[in-house]
Amino acid sequence: MIAQNIAFGILAASSVLAAIRMVTTKNVVHAALYLVVVLGSVAANYILLAAEFVAVVQLLVYIGAIVVLFLFGVMLTRAKLGHEGELDNDQRGLAAVTALLILGILGYVLVDYFGDDKLPQLNRTHEQLNATRGTGAVGNAIFSTYLIPFEVVSVLLLAALVGAIVLARRD
Amino acid sequence: MFAADPLFSTGIDFGVVLIALAKSIIGFLFVLIGVIFMIWFERKLIADFQNRIGPNRAGPWGMLQTLADGIKLIFKEDLRPDGSDSLVFRLAPYLSVVPAFLTFTIVPIGGIFTGAHQGTVHLFGHDTFLQVADPPIGVLFLLAMSSIGIYGAMLAGWASGSKYPLLGSVRASASMISYEAALGLSVVSVVLMSGSLTTHDIVAAQASGGSILDWNIVVTAFVPFVVFCIAATAELNRPPFDFAEAEQELVGGFHTEYSSMRFGMFYLAEFMNTITMSAIIVTLFLGGPSGPIGPGPDQVWPFFWFLLKLLVFLAAFVWVRGTVPRYRYDQLMDLGWKRLIPISLMWLLFIAGIRIGRDQNWSPVLVPLAAIGLGALTVGLLAGSMRTAAIRREQSDEDDLGEVSA
Amino acid sequence: MSDFLQAYLTVAVFGGTAGLLIAGVLGLGRLIRPSRPNPDKLTTYESGVDPVGSGFSQSQVRYYIFALLFVLFDVEAVFIFPWAVGLETYSYFGLVEMGIFVFILVLGLVYAWRKGVLRWV
Repeated sequence: MIAQNIAFGILAASSVLAAIRMVTTKNVVHAALYLVVVLGSVAANYILLAAEFVAVVQLLVYIGAIVVLFLFGVMLTRAKLGHEGELDNDQRGLAAVTALLILGILGYVLVDYFGDDKLPQLNRTHEQLNATRGTGAVGNAIFSTYLIPFEVVSVLLLAALVGAIVLARRD
Repeated sequence: MFAADPLFSTGIDFGVVLIALAKSIIGFLFVLIGVIFMIWFERKLIADFQNRIGPNRAGPWGMLQTLADGIKLIFKEDLRPDGSDSLVFRLAPYLSVVPAFLTFTIVPIGGIFTGAHQGTVHLFGHDTFLQVADPPIGVLFLLAMSSIGIYGAMLAGWASGSKYPLLGSVRASASMISYEAALGLSVVSVVLMSGSLTTHDIVAAQASGGSILDWNIVVTAFVPFVVFCIAATAELNRPPFDFAEAEQELVGGFHTEYSSMRFGMFYLAEFMNTITMSAIIVTLFLGGPSGPIGPGPDQVWPFFWFLLKLLVFLAAFVWVRGTVPRYRYDQLMDLGWKRLIPISLMWLLFIAGIRIGRDQNWSPVLVPLAAIGLGALTVGLLAGSMRTAAIRREQSDEDDLGEVSA
Repeated sequence: MSDFLQAYLTVAVFGGTAGLLIAGVLGLGRLIRPSRPNPDKLTTYESGVDPVGSGFSQSQVRYYIFALLFVLFDVEAVFIFPWAVGLETYSYFGLVEMGIFVFILVLGLVYAWRKGVLRWV
C-alpha cells in the first residue's frame, strides 16, 4: 500500500500544479496542454484504483477527443500564436467563488457517499478485480442499472452535433 | 479465458525483476533494430520499384545507411525559428516517439499458444508471456496511444509558428482522428470474437484450433481486416494517405521547421509506428506468433512465424507506397466517414447478430438472411436519403445562380 | 504491490525509459552539434522567399466539425467495447439496445452528410 500512496501523492501534486498552471498561463494552447496533464494524472489515479477501463476512457475521450476539439477550436480563431494578450477579466472574484463552491459541493458529496469506503484490495488477482471493476463490470452496469442513461447519451451527443453543424453552416 | 501474465502472481523476487528488465530491453532492441532495418528495407524496395539502386554505400547492400543518416543528423545544427513556441516545439518530438514505443508493449512476439503452454515461456524459474506487458485493457491501450500520437503531429505544426507546418498538422490530425474512429470500430469485431480485450487472449483465441481458419481475418470475414489496414495506413500518414507531408502542397508537412535530431525523432516515430501497426495487425487478425512448430528448439518457431508475418505486412506497406498514387484530401475524408465507418458499424452488428443467433440456436439460414435484409434496407435508405439531399442541394444552388443573374 | 499494478508499472517504466532515451540522444546532439545562428536561419520557411504576414493561419470550421464527429464516435466506441466483451451475457437484448444506440449516432452522421458538411469542395 505504501507504493500506492507515494504514487498517489506524485499524481495528485502533478495534477494540482498543472491545474494551477492551466488557469494562470497566458497562452491558450499551453492551457490546453496543462489540461492534458491534469486529465492524464486523473487517468493514472483511476489505474491506482484498479478502474482501468475508466482510465482508458479518460485517455480516449478526454485527452484523445475533447482536448483535440479544444485545439481545433483555438486554431479556428484569429488569435495569433502565443500572444493572446490579457486573458483575465474582472470576473476573477466571481470565478474564484464558483470554483470554491464546486469544490465544497463535490467534496461534501464524495465524503458523504464514499466516506466509509476502503480502497480496493489491489493484492487480489486479476480475475477478482476484473469481476468487480474491469471492463466486463462496466458493461454489466451499462446494460442493467444504467440502460436508460446509456441510450440518452446517444441522443445528447446527437443534439450536440446537430447544434454544432447548425452553428457552423450559418444558413 | 481470462488469464493474467503469471509472472507477477508469485510475488516479486530477483528473477521477476530480471525478467521484466530483460523483456523491456528486448522490446527496445526489437523496435530500434526494426526501425534501422525498416528504413533500409523501405528505401531499397522503393528503389527497386522505381528502377533505381537505392542505398548501397554504407555497409553490405547499404544496410548501415540508416545509422549513417542518424550520425549525420546528430551532427547537424539544430534550428528553431524565431516565431516558434519554445516549450511546445521541444515537447512535440517526445509526444510522437513515446507512444510509438509504448504501443509495442502489448504485442506478443512469441510463445507457444497451443496445448498446455498458453503462450508462456519458462525463464529463470518463472512462467511469463513474451510481451512487455499485458494490461487487461489491451487493445484499448493501442487506441489511447494513437490518440496521444495525434498531439505530436498537431503540436509540432502549431509550435513552429509557420504556415505550411500548421496546415500540415491540422490536416494530419484531422485525418488521424477520422481514421481512429474507423480503426476502433474494426477492432471491436475482433473483440467480439475473442471476448477479451487483452492481446494475449486475442492471440490465444485464434491459436486454439491450430488452423488458419481460426484466425480473425477469416473468422470476422475479411471486412474488419481490410478496414483496419486502410485505417492504419491513414493513421500512420503513409502513402497513399500522406497529406501531412504532401511535398507539392505543404513542403514537408508538420515537421518542416524541424532540423537535426529533432527531425530525426519524427522520422523515427514514423517508421516505429509502421512496425508497431504491422505487428498489431498480425496480432489482431493473423494469429500473432501462432503457427506450426517445426523441429529444433520449439520456442524459436513462434518468434519465427511472428517475424515472417510482420515482414509480409512491412513489405505490403512499402508495396502500397510504391504503387498507389496519393489521394486527394476530400477523397480521404470521404473514404473514412462515408465508407469505412458505416461499413464497419454495419459489419459489427452483423457479426454480433450471427454470433448471438448461434448461441441461441436460431436458424443458421434465417439469421444471416434477416441480417442481410436489414443491411440492404439500411443501405437503400441511406442512399435514397443522400440522393434527395444532393438533388435539393443542386436545386438550391441553381436558385442561387438564378438570383445572381437576375 | 499487486500483479495488477505491476503490469502498468512495467508500461510506465518502459515509457519513461523511452523518454530518457530521446532526451539522451537530443542531449548528445546538443553537445556535439555546431550552433551558429543568424537571423536568416531563424526565419520560418516559406519556399525560399521572406515569410509574409504572421506564421498563423486560421483553419477552417469544417475541421472542427470533424473533431466533433470524432467525439461522437469515440464515445460510441467506449460504450461498444464493454458490450463486445460481454456479448454472450447480454444476448439479443444487448444487441437490440446497441442497435438503437448505434442507429441514433448514425443519424448524426447522416445529418452531417445530408447537410453537406462532409464535402470539401
